[in-house]
Amino acid sequence: MMNSPARPVVADAGGVASRPEPLLGALLIRNLFKEYRAGQPVLRDISLAVEGRGLTAIIGPSGTGKSTLIRCVNRLVDPTAGEIWFGGQDLARLRGRALRAARRRIGMVFQEYNLVERLSVIENLLCGRLGYVPAWRAFLRRFPDADIAKAFELLDAVGLGAEFATRRADQLSGGQRQRVGIARAVMQGPDLVLADEPTSSLDPKTSVEIMELLAELSAARGIPVIVNIHNVDLARRFAQRVIGMTQGEVVFDGPPEALEDRHLTLIYGGQGWLS
Amino acid sequence: MSGRGPVGTLTAGTLTGGALRAAAFPARWPVRLAWIGLLLYALYAASILGVTWERFVQGLDNGARFLDRMFPPNLAPDKLELLWTGMVESIQIAVLATVFGILGSLPLGLMAARNLTPPWLSWTARGLIAVLRSFHSVIVAILFVKAVGFGALAGILALVVSTMGFVSKLFADAIEEISMKQAEAVRATGATFMSVIAMGVLPQVMARFVGFSTYQLDSNLRNSTMVGLVGGGGIGATLFTAYQRFDYDFVLTILLAIILLIMVAEVGARRLRRIFQ
Repeated sequence: MMNSPARPVVADAGGVASRPEPLLGALLIRNLFKEYRAGQPVLRDISLAVEGRGLTAIIGPSGTGKSTLIRCVNRLVDPTAGEIWFGGQDLARLRGRALRAARRRIGMVFQEYNLVERLSVIENLLCGRLGYVPAWRAFLRRFPDADIAKAFELLDAVGLGAEFATRRADQLSGGQRQRVGIARAVMQGPDLVLADEPTSSLDPKTSVEIMELLAELSAARGIPVIVNIHNVDLARRFAQRVIGMTQGEVVFDGPPEALEDRHLTLIYGGQGWLS
Repeated sequence: MSGRGPVGTLTAGTLTGGALRAAAFPARWPVRLAWIGLLLYALYAASILGVTWERFVQGLDNGARFLDRMFPPNLAPDKLELLWTGMVESIQIAVLATVFGILGSLPLGLMAARNLTPPWLSWTARGLIAVLRSFHSVIVAILFVKAVGFGALAGILALVVSTMGFVSKLFADAIEEISMKQAEAVRATGATFMSVIAMGVLPQVMARFVGFSTYQLDSNLRNSTMVGLVGGGGIGATLFTAYQRFDYDFVLTILLAIILLIMVAEVGARRLRRIFQ
């Protein structure tokens, strides 16, 4: 139907078996549409399967719906139509308690870190446990000992020592904040991590460090990571799979080696012909 | 130089100084008319209400005599005891009204924040706040004196109302200015609404909330001296009695004590803010 030459290797998800596998960390998106305003779809019929582990990069120009796509997954944005299967449930249909239970298994890393600025680093990490801890305990900071121990362990794992624990988040540099953001996502004990442009507010060197950290965590803990990123070089370098989007549609899906200039022209320079 | 469009034609060579001035500062007739109207109305209202220069001068004269009778302040031990009892009651009224008013403001302010609650709830809460704010605490105190009788309870209730009106509105406005990105990140972890409030919203507004509350304590101390005038207990009641008994020297003692209280409250409130921030 569309641009078949641009989809060289991985079969497109539209053909995946209709009974979703309850594979841990497997995400299956089918016929996903999103319109913020009626008649102006931001996502047009997206179908994707992300299985198992590793880092999947979604590349594409700004405003092409990458961010909307991953926000549909944890329902910070409500899709207009379609299915999102994860852990044996259609996330698109969940509400209330069930939605919150699904959200806590999906960690999210944000472009502008979105730490609670006036909380300390360790409190920000413990925010990752809010799906498990009742509000009054959080309010009184009576988190379980195991959570606090895990927070310190992760603080170390992301390259910030224990001396950062009580520092307020607004005193950190961009790279340090993103490390805290990643640690917060891993605190959830997630089966999937979504990262929305995690490096776009960072300098090139720090960007590489953050991508390394994401790739490392993904490999070490076996958590699949989906990264929105517009930096093609970083995507090529760290991802096992690249998905190219333009105008709300998937136009490339394959390993980074298969990504050629003609695909990039299609993804980034193609808007002129398509609209 | 002349090729700059309309500006180029307004040079000193082509027009007189007065015209240039008019071009630079064009007359704004609506503003002038508003000022003239206001002035005319003030003169009219003064003539209706019998505000005349003679009465003002006469009043100054009376005032001087009044001040003369007030001096020196009455420091008799029985009067000081009255003063002390009244002051303590006023302070208690202020503190209790602030504590209960703030406890009530927290949920009301949260409900009124349009970025957190559905429109029907936020508009209901805002409507309630508007009602709470619409009357001065003295008028509210009159109502409560009628309802629960003379004494401190009426004063406390009146000040709770004004505290809730003031603090919950400011609190709601502060919450509406928070960064939703931070709250969204907390929501994305699967947190419940209450957890988002506790960890994503309150940390962002807590410092400002403490600021509003200490300011309100300060202002409640001031107002607690006033609700007594209409029967709400405290030093205001003592002051009113002293006026009625023409104990003007004791009135001066009370007034000086109130000034002292307000100054101490100011310093105390600043201390409190520093501790909490």
